Amino acid sequence: MFSELKAVLPAMTMVVAMFAASGCSDIKPWVKPYERDKLADPVMSLSRHGKASSYMHHVYQSRESTRGSEGGSGGGCGCN
Amino acid sequence: MNRLMLPIALSLSLVFSAVLVQANEINEPVPDFTLKSRQGDNLRLEDFRGQVVMLNFWASWCGPCRQEMPLMDTIYQQYKDLGFTVLAVNVDENREEAHRFLDKVPVSYPILYDPESQVSEQYNVQAMPTTVMIDRNGRGRFIHYGYKPGYEDDYEAQIRQLVRE
Amino acid sequence: MAVTERRGGSLRAPGLIVLLVSVASPWAIAATLPEDNVDLLYHRYEGGGMVIDGPSVLVRKNVGPQVSVTGQYYVDSVSAASVDVLATASEYTEERTELTAGVDYLYENSILSLGYTNSSENDYEADTVYFSVSQEFFGGMSTVTLGYANGWDTVGQRGNKSFAEEADRRNYQFGLSQVITTNSLVGLDFEVVTDEGFLQNPYRQNRFIDPNDPNNFQYQPERYPQTRTSYSVATRALYYLPYRASVRAEYRYFSDTWGIDSHTYELAYVHALNPRWSLEGKARYYDQGQADFYSDLYAFENSQTHLARDKEMSSFSGITLGGGLVYEWKQTSLPGISRLQGSLLLDWLEFDYDNFRDVTAPGNFSPGEEPLYSFDALVTRASLILEY
Repeated sequence: MFSELKAVLPAMTMVVAMFAASGCSDIKPWVKPYERDKLADPVMSLSRHGKASSYMHHVYQSRESTRGSEGGSGGGCGCN
Repeated sequence: MNRLMLPIALSLSLVFSAVLVQANEINEPVPDFTLKSRQGDNLRLEDFRGQVVMLNFWASWCGPCRQEMPLMDTIYQQYKDLGFTVLAVNVDENREEAHRFLDKVPVSYPILYDPESQVSEQYNVQAMPTTVMIDRNGRGRFIHYGYKPGYEDDYEAQIRQLVRE
Repeated sequence: MAVTERRGGSLRAPGLIVLLVSVASPWAIAATLPEDNVDLLYHRYEGGGMVIDGPSVLVRKNVGPQVSVTGQYYVDSVSAASVDVLATASEYTEERTELTAGVDYLYENSILSLGYTNSSENDYEADTVYFSVSQEFFGGMSTVTLGYANGWDTVGQRGNKSFAEEADRRNYQFGLSQVITTNSLVGLDFEVVTDEGFLQNPYRQNRFIDPNDPNNFQYQPERYPQTRTSYSVATRALYYLPYRASVRAEYRYFSDTWGIDSHTYELAYVHALNPRWSLEGKARYYDQGQADFYSDLYAFENSQTHLARDKEMSSFSGITLGGGLVYEWKQTSLPGISRLQGSLLLDWLEFDYDNFRDVTAPGNFSPGEEPLYSFDALVTRASLILEY
């Protein structure tokens, strides 16, 4: 089961990519780049603490058997 | 290693898809607007007919926007006497943040406020920052999406071209 | 035989953490490379008989408009007298050093990252290579990240120069971040990890009832499977509150081929007091079911194929309450520094074990009757980030 999951990951990504890139051309992004004010606020940042956040994951990993899916990314200013 | 080839290939295919073009050459009339400026008076785009206008949409929360502003100021100082101006439209919902930034990084070109994003919507701003080069006839000639170090060279080349027309 | 908190302690599987750090790194999020910065951290874990502290220094520099490089130096300085150590040995001190080098490449709307980490201590060596791609879609409202890491560990044993076992590891990660409204965003993460090789701790023991005396127990070495595959799925939501604050909720489910299932729940709140100062608070609840082959006390010697008494594999729950104070100075007046951020973050952790017993508890207990173990710890993080 788990080896199949490994193959699923890139497949899932392709589905998301195709969906986002072409499939739904009728749906336009409803949050415009100039409306990202609040999302770009540091209080909304998942990565505000830099290495301090990674360290906390490390603390938990050393004492719990769970590993993975810890990170947060995305949001922010969406600037190009 | 073979098992990795597929995931890697798929990852790379991601990279080359769904890309927003960074810069475009166009030749279209651009929407007119009137916005309040930092000096207090209302500025109307039509009033700048006859000058080359670099219309820039920026926000204090946008890193690349902050990065390009001092460079834009240099360009402004250099070409303003040749019939050129910069109009920097600020889209911050909270004007205070923009002012705090401008206190630390002062620029000499006009700042306009678009807090309800009316003009941003009119211009269909698709990235932050967005820069539109408008010629003396009020037509948009170049449009830039985003900013990366090096873009200022393109800005200058285009301004030089438009100023000579 | 000495027992340490090796793979169960702070020094366990360090390479694994690297991928999570890197792929989950803040900089694989948007089509902008992060600013040049120096990230200084003093970290300290104190609890359960252990004190582990040390520095972390990260330097990031942009090289041209499309490339950003990082270098990191990290040290764990351990002085321990944990329950495992006290049960069978005496206190020890230890140091683990970790060095990381990474490069990020910005191409159109994507960021490609590549990195290498080496973690080194006197009885464990771990090397990890990671690669990730992060791409924005849908007007920047969606970000997809794919990550892969491969780790090679060499497990040693102090006092036994000829002991050298290998453990290899692969991580596959998928992440999606989606802006929902101007005030909110959600995220989904999925990760599969496979390990192969020597996955146990060469020092750790488990116990069985003494065949000659039911009021006593004896120790035997642990014996883990040679493979392990796990998957985890996490979801999170972030919401902006109009007075410059935010609330975040996260849930993660984990399951692996050793029979361990877990749930992690986290709630966090950030509140900006003014443009420079903000407060944060966090509560986390963790619940784990034991590994199939785990037991605090086996009935007799060599009773099953796989044996483990590592408390990390037991059934337990953990609570964390955390708070922090953050100071941010944008556009500083300091020469050469464009932004400064200082944080002090404190987290209090409590672990309660459902089926791991404290054999060091004072009193006379028959095997299996000792009180269940629990401990708490205080984690301190003092961080300074300077953008230059």
